[in-house]
Amino acid sequence: MDQQALKELAAHLDATLGDYLQSSNIALGELTLEIRIEALERIIKFLRDDSACRFEMLIDICGVDYPEREPRFDVVYNLLSVSNNLRIRLKVGVEEEGAVPSVTALHSTAGWFEREVWDLFGIYFTDHPDLRRILTDYGFEGHPLRKDFPLTGYVEVRYDDDQKRVVQEPVSLTQEFRSFDFMSPWEGAEYILPGDDKTGETSGEGEGS
Amino acid sequence: MSEHRIKNMTLNFGPQHPAAHGVLRLVLEMDGEVVERADPHVGLLHRGTEKLIESKTYLQAVPYFDRLDYVAPMNQEHAFALAVENLLGIEAPLRAQYIRVLFGEISRIGNHILGICSLILDVGAFTPFFWGFEEREMIFEFYERASGARMHAAYFRPGGVANDLPPDLLRDIGEWNKKFPKFIDNIEGLITENRIFKQRTVDIGPITPAEAFDWGFTGPMLRATGVAWDLRRNRPYEVYDELDFAIPVGTTGDCYERYLVRMAEMRESVKIIDQCLARMPDGPVKIPDSKISPPTRNEMKSSMEALIHHFKLHTEGYHVPAGETYTAIEAPKGEFGVYLVSDGSNKPYRCKIRTPGFAHLQALEYVSRGHLLADAVANLATMDIVFGEIDR
Repeated sequence: MDQQALKELAAHLDATLGDYLQSSNIALGELTLEIRIEALERIIKFLRDDSACRFEMLIDICGVDYPEREPRFDVVYNLLSVSNNLRIRLKVGVEEEGAVPSVTALHSTAGWFEREVWDLFGIYFTDHPDLRRILTDYGFEGHPLRKDFPLTGYVEVRYDDDQKRVVQEPVSLTQEFRSFDFMSPWEGAEYILPGDDKTGETSGEGEGS
Repeated sequence: MSEHRIKNMTLNFGPQHPAAHGVLRLVLEMDGEVVERADPHVGLLHRGTEKLIESKTYLQAVPYFDRLDYVAPMNQEHAFALAVENLLGIEAPLRAQYIRVLFGEISRIGNHILGICSLILDVGAFTPFFWGFEEREMIFEFYERASGARMHAAYFRPGGVANDLPPDLLRDIGEWNKKFPKFIDNIEGLITENRIFKQRTVDIGPITPAEAFDWGFTGPMLRATGVAWDLRRNRPYEVYDELDFAIPVGTTGDCYERYLVRMAEMRESVKIIDQCLARMPDGPVKIPDSKISPPTRNEMKSSMEALIHHFKLHTEGYHVPAGETYTAIEAPKGEFGVYLVSDGSNKPYRCKIRTPGFAHLQALEYVSRGHLLADAVANLATMDIVFGEIDR
């Protein structure tokens, strides 16, 4: 029943918004639309107000980082229709220097979610009324959920009794950060095992490990 | 009488304040006793859960979910377990589903006890807080007997639950469940019609359904406005569609109705627990696929294959097919969702945790503006704010 409703919705959206959609697919019982960034506000407004959609609640906004991909980021909007009991997911691709139009004027709840994406990914939202950092510390630098941000961070804070204040220092680990590689060489390990690189035809490709 | 210009006062509420429900720094701009502007500063408890999960295997990510909303830990695990199961395309065995629903409802009661009793404490009555903690202690005891840990259970795993329940636990839960409504009656007798309590909560922070949608309210906050929306009923997961329970709703969405909705939900949870106990089937509690659920100790003593599986599962973990899912459950505070992106490896590529409190706290300024300072506290308490889940 849910599947059928989603298919109907996808067809309806394709008929009405087709020009703005890059793709639409249903996987695992969830409808995902990839859309152009220029049409974001228009689509979210349409989804909220159209009588067949009525996605009146913006559940979540989040970013996803794909450093090797162009554009680098995805911003994902999860919408919920309480009236029709349906969910939909919108994805827009954003360049590293790009910006996303804010949807705070359409859904008030977007305010903090966009601040969070800005804070953790450094994706800028235009026309956001109050785009400050939200989760990280006052005076924090960097965007922690980017894949190139190290898990340990760059600085650690402690209270210095001599200076009578909290000081920031570079992270010092008493033990090297251990990132184990458990990928099985029989199942999809991409690197070349030590020794195998000497076989000739694969030389110069792998870095070994 | 001569005119005086009075400057607004900026007040720092928290981060260490008993009524702030954790580490909330609330910057209030006050015109006398009236809140003009409220700017919650969150993130003081930010631990980078999402970043940490990206570097852990799927199984190792489970305990982080206990530490989000530490008042109702098992509900969070539930969302993650369902999300991973969705990506893996598996379903937990029936007994495991009943156990999850049973403990999900026990957690819901535990959460509402704390939410209600600390609300009552914030508006001036001390006694129910102690009654509540006595009951919560029982709930922790059940947690401990099932999982070995009082709070951070890590009990719901993708593919089932960690262990089967010990003998007699179901009987003891049943006995407690029979006595528990007496606790609700006591609170109701003392508080529900209490004049002081009603003065502090009735017509404080009313919201309409349209406003609730706009601000992304879910759970009791949304139901108090009169919208009968409950994921257990509207998008049933596990065995909720076979169980008989009602969805309590309010009308005005003010603090008093949020309280009433939570009280009524506890009674419904008691009903669900009764049904779970009556219907609890026998059978396995983990899916039999040894590529996903670890073998028993006994098997490992005699079977080489089981030993290999155990080793592989607890070092490399299982690989989850590439894909993405947004899976949400009805946590006690509202819709708790996990947006999980898998790239086909043994670690989540991205795990975004959608917590209800984050959306609720955002609206604190909206619902408290023009109210008195003491009403902002009542609003905060009825939103059932826990910073573990907001700051993540």
